[in-house]
Formats: sequence, structure tokens, C-alpha cells
Amino acid sequence: MKLLSAFVAGLIFGLGLILSGMANPSKVIAFLDLAGPWDPSLAFVMGGAIAVGSVGFYFASKRSRAVLGDVMRMPTATRIDRPLVLGSLAFGAGWGLAGYCPGPAVATLLSGRSEPLIFVLAMLAGMALYEMQTRFSGKPQ
Amino acid sequence: MTIDWVHFTPWSSLAGGALIGLAATLFILLSGRIAGISGVIGGLMRPGKGDVLWRVAFITGLVIAPVLFQAAFEQPDIDVEASTLTLIAAGVLVGIGTRYGSGCTSGHGVCGLSRRSPRSLVATAAFMASGFLTVFVIRHLLG
Repeated sequence: MKLLSAFVAGLIFGLGLILSGMANPSKVIAFLDLAGPWDPSLAFVMGGAIAVGSVGFYFASKRSRAVLGDVMRMPTATRIDRPLVLGSLAFGAGWGLAGYCPGPAVATLLSGRSEPLIFVLAMLAGMALYEMQTRFSGKPQ
Repeated sequence: MTIDWVHFTPWSSLAGGALIGLAATLFILLSGRIAGISGVIGGLMRPGKGDVLWRVAFITGLVIAPVLFQAAFEQPDIDVEASTLTLIAAGVLVGIGTRYGSGCTSGHGVCGLSRRSPRSLVATAAFMASGFLTVFVIRHLLG
């Protein structure tokens, strides 16, 4: 059941990405291009997601355990620190460069195009760099 | 500012967004986890006991979704303008950035803002601002 829950969540998430247009990098860039002919669609994606998600997280915050029995793994970090801000700035730059964030790139891996594959491999390399850096510096994260 | 009315898709974007919110809702309520894609994938690089299969299941669902969508409806539009070199640079930046920043559009933008996390609000403001700036530089200063 727990695996099924993860599978179904991933599936619905992916369907949402496709239906919303978020999985189309040129549409993402048309949203990020405020100075060009601006396509505000992605603001509606965020709006729809947060409207529904707020209800879900409201109920989740009242529970100590998930429905399937696991403990609730709500993020506990509260500090607004340098890694959070610099990391997010770097992420935004990469997002603007190609129009891909992690979800859409992974969701379109089977589209038969080479771009998602190239992007995802580079993203995994970036994540591996982070792992190496944090392990060698001895900082648990 | 001029609105691109031709490509503007308020209804399908709103509906798709609602599905994303539904997926995040199901996952936190049923499994007690955050549906943040960079976190789900990145966690595979430090595998713990009982911590691998659910990630693989989630990613499998994500990867299969467009195949189902295409079978049921139509082939979704996907246009990529970036060159191979740009894709590689972008991927590395997204990989490093989302791990240091503890999340991406889904973990911070959807889940974090849904639970009103100040950290996620700062992260989302930072990556949006950086995304806007990057596109402005590429399209209007260099382009």
C-alpha cells in the first residue's frame, strides 16, 4: 500500500505537470520572460496547486501519523540561511536557462526526446557534487 | 508588459495545478511525506533502509504519467530551445541548487507554500527572481 501510495502520487503529479503545460520548457520560459509577450499560465498552476495543497497540509498538520501508519515527516528546519538562498538562486538560474525544473524533466524522460535525458543526467551530476561536497566537509545535512 | 493571450491557458493550467496539489495532498496524508521531486530523487544518493523503494515507485508513476496522458488524450506540446551545452549547464545548476536549497518548485513552491513555511517562501522568491533575471539577460541583453 505504501508503494502504491507513492506510485499514485507520482502518477497524478505527472498528469498535472503535463495538463498544466509546466512540462513544456518553452511555456515555462514564456512565463519567466516578463519583458516579452508574457504567458501568465504558470501562475495559475501554482495557484491551483497551492489552493488544493493548503487544504491537504491543513489536515496533515493535525495528524501525528500518516493514514498508512508512517510518522509524519514534515520538514523541521526553520532557519533562513545562506545555503537556502544561494542554492535557490542557482536553481532559478538553471530553471531560466533551459525551462526545466526537476519534475517536468523527469516526467518527460520517455518522450523520445534527448533534451530531458541530457538535463536529468546533468542534474544527477549536480546532485552528486553536492553529496561529495557535504560528505567531505563532514557536515551532515 | 504585454500578455501573450494566444498561448495563455488559464483553465488547463489551473486544473493541472489542482492535480499537482492533489498529488501532494495524497502523499502527505497517506505516506506522511513531502512530494518534492528534487528531494525524492536526491534522497536516492544516500539510501537508508526502507528508503529506496517508495522513491522508485514515485518516480515510476511520474515517468509513466505522460505515456498514459498521450494514450488517453493527445500528445502534449514540448518545445525546447536550449542547446545541449545549455541543457548541461542548466541541469548542473538545478541539481546543485535544489540540494543546497533543500527543494525545488514542488517541495518549496507547492508543498512549502501550502503549509505556509517562511523558509519555502524565501526559497520560492529567490528562485523565481533568479529565473526572471536569467531569462531577461539571455533574451533581452544577450539575445
